[in-house]
Amino acid sequence: MPTVAPPELTAPFAPGGENAIDAALAQRLLSIALESGGDSADLYFEFRVTADYSLQEEQVKTVGRGVTLGLGVRVVKGDATGYAYTEDLAWERMAHAARIAGQIATGGGAARPVAAHTVELPDFYPVARPSLVEAPADKLALLRAADRAARAADPRIVKVEASFVEQLKEILVFTSDGTMARDVLPLLRFGVSAVAEQGGKRQGGSSGGGGRYGLDYFAQAEKDAAAHGREAARIALAMLDAREAPAGEMPVVLGPGDSGILLHEAVGHGLEADFNRKETSNYSGQLGQLVASPLCTVVDDGTIGSSRGSINVDDEGSPGRRNVLIENGILVGYMHDRMSARHYQRAPSGNGRRESFRSMPLPRMTNTLLLAGPHGHDEIVASVKRGIYARRFSGGQVNISNGDFVFSLTESYLIEDGKLTAPLKGVNLIGNGPEVLRKVDMLGSDYQLSDGIWTCGKDGQSVPVGVGTPSVRIASITVGGTQA
Amino acid sequence: MSASVSESVVTELVEVAKSIVRLCELAGADASEVLVKDGSELTVKVRMGQPELVQEAGSRAVGLRVFKHGRRAVTYTSDLRRHALESFVAESVALAALAEPDEHGRLPDPDELAREVPDLDLYDDAVAGVDAAWAMKQCVAGEAAARGFDPRVTNSEGATWSRTVGATAFATSGGFAGGFRGSYASFYVEPLCDDGSDPANPKKRNGYWWTADRFLARLDDPEAVGREAARRTVATLGSRKIPTQECAVVFDPEVGRSIVGTVFSVANGSSFWRKSTYLLDREGTAVASPLVTITDDPHLPRAPGSRPFDGDGLPTRKNVLVRDGVLETVLCDVYSARKLGRRSTGSAGRGIGGNPGPTTSNLILAAGTGTRAALLADTGRGLYVTSMMGFGFNPVTGDFSRGAQGFWIEAGELTFPVSEITVSCNFDDLLKRIDRVAEDLDLRSSTACATFRVSHMTVAGT
Repeated sequence: MPTVAPPELTAPFAPGGENAIDAALAQRLLSIALESGGDSADLYFEFRVTADYSLQEEQVKTVGRGVTLGLGVRVVKGDATGYAYTEDLAWERMAHAARIAGQIATGGGAARPVAAHTVELPDFYPVARPSLVEAPADKLALLRAADRAARAADPRIVKVEASFVEQLKEILVFTSDGTMARDVLPLLRFGVSAVAEQGGKRQGGSSGGGGRYGLDYFAQAEKDAAAHGREAARIALAMLDAREAPAGEMPVVLGPGDSGILLHEAVGHGLEADFNRKETSNYSGQLGQLVASPLCTVVDDGTIGSSRGSINVDDEGSPGRRNVLIENGILVGYMHDRMSARHYQRAPSGNGRRESFRSMPLPRMTNTLLLAGPHGHDEIVASVKRGIYARRFSGGQVNISNGDFVFSLTESYLIEDGKLTAPLKGVNLIGNGPEVLRKVDMLGSDYQLSDGIWTCGKDGQSVPVGVGTPSVRIASITVGGTQA
Repeated sequence: MSASVSESVVTELVEVAKSIVRLCELAGADASEVLVKDGSELTVKVRMGQPELVQEAGSRAVGLRVFKHGRRAVTYTSDLRRHALESFVAESVALAALAEPDEHGRLPDPDELAREVPDLDLYDDAVAGVDAAWAMKQCVAGEAAARGFDPRVTNSEGATWSRTVGATAFATSGGFAGGFRGSYASFYVEPLCDDGSDPANPKKRNGYWWTADRFLARLDDPEAVGREAARRTVATLGSRKIPTQECAVVFDPEVGRSIVGTVFSVANGSSFWRKSTYLLDREGTAVASPLVTITDDPHLPRAPGSRPFDGDGLPTRKNVLVRDGVLETVLCDVYSARKLGRRSTGSAGRGIGGNPGPTTSNLILAAGTGTRAALLADTGRGLYVTSMMGFGFNPVTGDFSRGAQGFWIEAGELTFPVSEITVSCNFDDLLKRIDRVAEDLDLRSSTACATFRVSHMTVAGT
């Protein structure tokens, strides 16, 4: 049984709520949406409560809370989408949104919605008590614990900021082909940043985590608030000695976990089926071909317990799934939403996601993983004569059409004669997705899932995602330092 | 369905904001600020001559900041049912008790507040009047012009026409109440080419061009936008890396504006009091080349970033951040100004769900002299950058490293296209090395500049 929202956080459209939506009412709305001749339609009801707490200068200065409620209506006619939404769940407003969305279709016989049946869902994130119902004092205590731990780490830590954001989202999806799905998605994210100062030089470090948890997240080893505070301080202090990074092509070793962001940018987006349906991706038309080093098996997995990117059901009613994208270097599948699945004549892969009821769903990643390989971490580092070891990242970006991507390192080290030596100032790596994946020549056995901090943007829509990877050696990639 | 926003809608929205201020008082708040936004959007997208998306909707949301015993909470809701709103206000006041008192976090002093709301001509009813069918025609025409421009344009990410119109109202228990309406329309075309110049790794190449304005009649023709998008896309065919080196780097206004935006990110009151900027303690000193003057001007009529009052309810005003290379002012809201022991520059921005903070209006790097062609001729050899990727900037240290794409300059002219490289140097050096600014100021966006040159940066490639 998925997470159940407590009464005060239950959606107005839930059974017994003020705007309770049942299958019969949904079917009436879907009929209106389809009356201009659309092929199919869906309804997406969303109720989201968010709270945030932030600490600066050893004080919790502001607490925040937000409530979002609305309905998005989509009508599909061929490859065209009509979309409308309303924040008001009065019948007239919902019916109006359905009619507006339906205008994409101009004639043709009106399809009739099929009576909805409820989709049985798995439960990848059972949370007995959502953090939103826990005492606020407990959350303030987390911020203070992180702040104290970071300051206690070293007198050179001069500034600490910490934040805690929590959310509970209830969704209800109806499709005109008879699907009805309801889910409650908890999500929390904790973050700490620290600044160290020495001899006029300043450097920053940060650490964070979270996922689809209750406050039990913090009971895990090395994931308590103080551990995040110490980690932020450690990075800031290490970076005080950072020197200018080199510039040019050289071998790069990616540490386990967070480095999955490279995978997300280098191949993940290019395997979202909308780009391939339109033949605008570098990976278009390459199913069955070798697109990466045979060491590489890449999976998008929405079913990992409590991970930030996991979903019991996607935002168009398809259950979350584990999908293999690249197997031993060979491209075997794309990530689909309903629209692209229909084009490719296959089942949706559970990747139809959207930021909110104000946006139409798109094929999106959930948790994107590079599976473990045969090599030991130390063996990989020892193999590099001169190169870079990348440990922490602030983010990345990709150009889907040509596959060029960058990602930004916030903690990295020079490798000299097989050993980590000097820390390096912040630097970008730039490469081409398919080329870089072919250049993966060692892969660690030390697979790790990154802690839950990543958010992915596409077409202006943000969704939470996860990444995971073992240590990876890339034979050669361009490092964007200043030491030519 | 017209999305027209009449003056009476603004007046009504201000009354809604004032009524919620009263609700806060009844709920026991010592002070409150209420932001109400009401708007509608239309987005139409065409791809390969066929409709791909029509999205149309209106929405309204309320953002609240309440104070109780010197403590504050920031809340928002889109659930505007009357009883939901009442309990939301009560919860917000209760929430404030969880925060700690902050002496700087109180309402602006009454003498700081705006007394009137100037009309900056920010709304065009013609934008509101556009319907999906008309927008669709623009898209079809613009995309067709792009695809017909050159046979090498083989595919398309489509053409998108979109508009937003709406009203903003802000009321505070400190005595401010005001509102204004605005409109904004934009049109964007993104063609694609197949690039087989490297048979071992065939690629697709994309490019784009756009037009945007608050006034419908001032948008460029869709065909002209489509052709320029195609010209820019075809020009990238055969892009290649260049060797790692130091060289002159010229920034097209399309990317130069992000450099100007980066200046603001290290020259605002919030980054100053939080000590998260390398420019700390540098006011009154040279932080850039004498060719650099950067102003923030919220009063330009019809301009995209203009606004009659700020997110604290203060009058907006023109501020000079950098004059002839000297850092003159950093942009402050009331809170950051108090933290720094000074007065607000009237630069507060405020979203529905957050505290106010310093923001820009129309942030402009003043134009220099001479054409872009003259600047290139003067450059001899170097890199011309047309797009950048990634977020490689550390505000505390100024370290700057971003992915780049563009053209190689040889004998004063653009030659072959370049991609998959990075441009890097410390931002402090970058600003001081600006040794030429052209006259071609591009005012389509709220952060603006002309073409400019940095005398030398590290380019990392092969």
